[in-house]
Amino acid sequence: MTSGIVGFGAYVPRLRMSRQAVHQANAWFAPGLKGKAKGERSLANWDEDTITMAVAAARDCLPPSHESRALSGVVLASTTLPFADRLNAGVVAAALDLDETVSALDVAGSRRAGLSAVNLTLDRVRQGEAPVLVAASDLRISRAASASELEFGDGAAALLLGSENVLAERLSSSTLTVDFVDRFRQSGEDIDYVWEERWIRDEGVSKIAPKAAAEALRKAGLSGAEVDHFIFPTSLKGMSAQVARQLEIKPEAVVDDLADRLGDTGVGHGLLLLTGLLPTARPGAVILMLEFGNGAEAVVWRTTDRLAEWTPQRGLAGWLERGVTENNYTRMLAYRGQLELEKGMRGEQDKKTALTTLHRHRRAIMGLVGGRCTQTGSVHFPPSRLSYDPQGAALDTQVPYPLADRPAHILSWSAEYLSYYPSPPHHYGQIDFAGGGRILMEFTDVAPGDVEAGTPMEMVFRVKDRDQTRRFTRYFWKATPVRAAERTN
Amino acid sequence: MASGIKDKVAILGMGCSRFGERWDASPEDLMVEAYTEALADAGIGPDQIDAAWFSTHMDDVGVGRGGTPMGIALRLPFIGVTRVENFCAGGSEAVRNAVYAVASGACDIALALGVEKLKDTGYGGLPLPSVGTLIPQWYPNAVAPANFAQLASAYQAKHGIDRHDLKRAIAHVSVKSHANGALNPKAHLRKPITEEQVLNAPIIAEPLGLFDCCGVSDGAAAALVTTPEIAKALGKTDLVTFKALQVAVSNGWEMHSNAWDGSYVHTARIAARRAYEEAGIRTPREEIGMMEVHDCFSITELVTTEDLFISPEGGAIRDVLDGFYDADGKVPCQIDGGLKCFGHPIGASGIRMLYEMYLQLKGRAGERQLGNPKFGLTHNLGGQPSQNVCSISIVGGYDG
Repeated sequence: MTSGIVGFGAYVPRLRMSRQAVHQANAWFAPGLKGKAKGERSLANWDEDTITMAVAAARDCLPPSHESRALSGVVLASTTLPFADRLNAGVVAAALDLDETVSALDVAGSRRAGLSAVNLTLDRVRQGEAPVLVAASDLRISRAASASELEFGDGAAALLLGSENVLAERLSSSTLTVDFVDRFRQSGEDIDYVWEERWIRDEGVSKIAPKAAAEALRKAGLSGAEVDHFIFPTSLKGMSAQVARQLEIKPEAVVDDLADRLGDTGVGHGLLLLTGLLPTARPGAVILMLEFGNGAEAVVWRTTDRLAEWTPQRGLAGWLERGVTENNYTRMLAYRGQLELEKGMRGEQDKKTALTTLHRHRRAIMGLVGGRCTQTGSVHFPPSRLSYDPQGAALDTQVPYPLADRPAHILSWSAEYLSYYPSPPHHYGQIDFAGGGRILMEFTDVAPGDVEAGTPMEMVFRVKDRDQTRRFTRYFWKATPVRAAERTN
Repeated sequence: MASGIKDKVAILGMGCSRFGERWDASPEDLMVEAYTEALADAGIGPDQIDAAWFSTHMDDVGVGRGGTPMGIALRLPFIGVTRVENFCAGGSEAVRNAVYAVASGACDIALALGVEKLKDTGYGGLPLPSVGTLIPQWYPNAVAPANFAQLASAYQAKHGIDRHDLKRAIAHVSVKSHANGALNPKAHLRKPITEEQVLNAPIIAEPLGLFDCCGVSDGAAAALVTTPEIAKALGKTDLVTFKALQVAVSNGWEMHSNAWDGSYVHTARIAARRAYEEAGIRTPREEIGMMEVHDCFSITELVTTEDLFISPEGGAIRDVLDGFYDADGKVPCQIDGGLKCFGHPIGASGIRMLYEMYLQLKGRAGERQLGNPKFGLTHNLGGQPSQNVCSISIVGGYDG
């Protein structure tokens, strides 16, 4: 049975932090980082996390929520899962409004968890079953004035894995588990502790990673010279070229790691690079993917003739073009909770979430599903037993009506500086959906001047509030301008 | 068909505290200030009051819940005291209950009193409301200025008006109210301002600047109501009676159909039509002599003049800039300074509006006294344009 990739999507947050701006702010303290102060790194908005980015990447490879989204499973790989006990992949499934029969699994623990999740999933894909979504996402925090702060980026990737209409089949895979501790993060900690780079390079990566890759190539019956594309995400400069040499892979096969434009996005980075490569790969191309982290994981793919038939909603290239340069270093610190700005008394508001209420309204809140009256066609959010009708309220006539992917525009809006909001001014307004439905919603990824009455908007799944007292993240949907894939600065 | 409230109930006496940042006064003190003035004006004693309705909005600041805070503060003679709450329209709601109690014959004299102590929060603007367990999970953490500012974006889009022209018109609304408020010794804000000041003020909620927003004030207001017959028997002359008292509450049409265009307040139009019919007014632009509208924000006042059918739809900007609503205009609006300058202690505001109409009709408005208004209208709005409570009352001289 052939199994492999049957769909793919990506997500990169809109903000691109200027490394020069970061360095300028910290140069007094860490002048030695000047060499890394080039290009940009992606920066998640304050209301994004591993889960929301995974949802965005998943939506990039799925049909609209009001059409059929048959999946048999959701796997989320990350080392920065927001919840230790609440199925993070389950939150993704809820946001995607998937049927409750879907399986869900979190995969964590190493930087190769993305590829581990792919291999684990493909090992159990069965013919005739709906595809499994594997999303890999990370939002890693680094200490101010550290190298990681400049090297990291935020982002996510998603693959649909299945056995029908395969775009790239898995020829082989290989895993090596070595408790090589180049960096670590104890449970409950936010920031990695990192050992000397030269040791990691010489004793770790260059000894462990090629072994896994060579084994995968051997299983596939291929030589390094036959590899058309080599994906090996690492923030160690020149490392992927060195490993390619060790494997006798031609230098031009090494896939650019997008360090200049994105940074190293963590667990999702390898898959993200893959989603960027696939649209340009020829049918029959051999792709070797390698990931390092407490051992190494490798996969050999071969693209099929069907590859040209697939396009993600935006894809990595589209997301890359959609960025906006951020030059405020303190914004980055504040968004990651590393700089305590004065919130004022309005910031003292309790954000306790009634979990009973959340459960009762879970499809509305998590999946943005309204209710459509079968008699009048009016759309209600949240759904209600009584529908509005000028001739009289109809009882129990509403059926679920997903809104997340329907065209929408602004009816009315404002942007205010009064309430506490992590990214002022706080934009919100009435959103009208084509075909019915209206919600007063927050806007996100907006700056003054971006919106007016009539602006087309799309829905994104984001963090609504963070309850700092009980450490609970509340999610909901927000509206953001539909943006062409043009770079704005 | 119901016969309506017209001329069934008269105002026996009214009182209103000085509004403002009353650092000196507790909510109980404010209640006493309004109540004692109303009692003296009515010329009655506490034991002549049969029942009372008490309006206050905020629970966390002020006096908390229930009727006891007022019963105890005013040492009322163990009569029924009912707390009513209907957002910023609570004051009018207290009056409506008291008026209906008298009209029913259940009470001879009833008291309506509203109070709000907003300046014990420690910050500017309104306290943050509690809204249950579902709404915070999806609704934006919205504030009043942005809720009402949305009227501006939709009004501009509907009528094809650019931001500058709208800003100028709503600036005139505020300049006019400041000029009026300067003449009112009980008003919170008593400094005249210029159009330039309004236009250059920092933005609070696009496009509303600081001077487009009303005062956040402490204060209390009280009304004693009775039948015209009892008022006369108590020696009152030149009675002011209720001609109409209407409330319309949103049912979700604004949010759960896509018909509302966001540029006006639907309930205001419904309540206005009902009120004019109850009062027998056919040409409001000609017959309404003055009005106190819910000018929580300048844009609210502008669209309200259309919602009340005083200005034609799309014609408010011209009327405002022509001075139609100025103190010397055809229909003076906010002659006491309005919410903008008299201030907005939420639970008291509806009764404060009535207080000004009462003073004007009685010829007791001092420096700001108008000529000879026949009908005065109050428009008291609670909530936000998309879902709200709108109360409209019309009062005038009694011919009976």
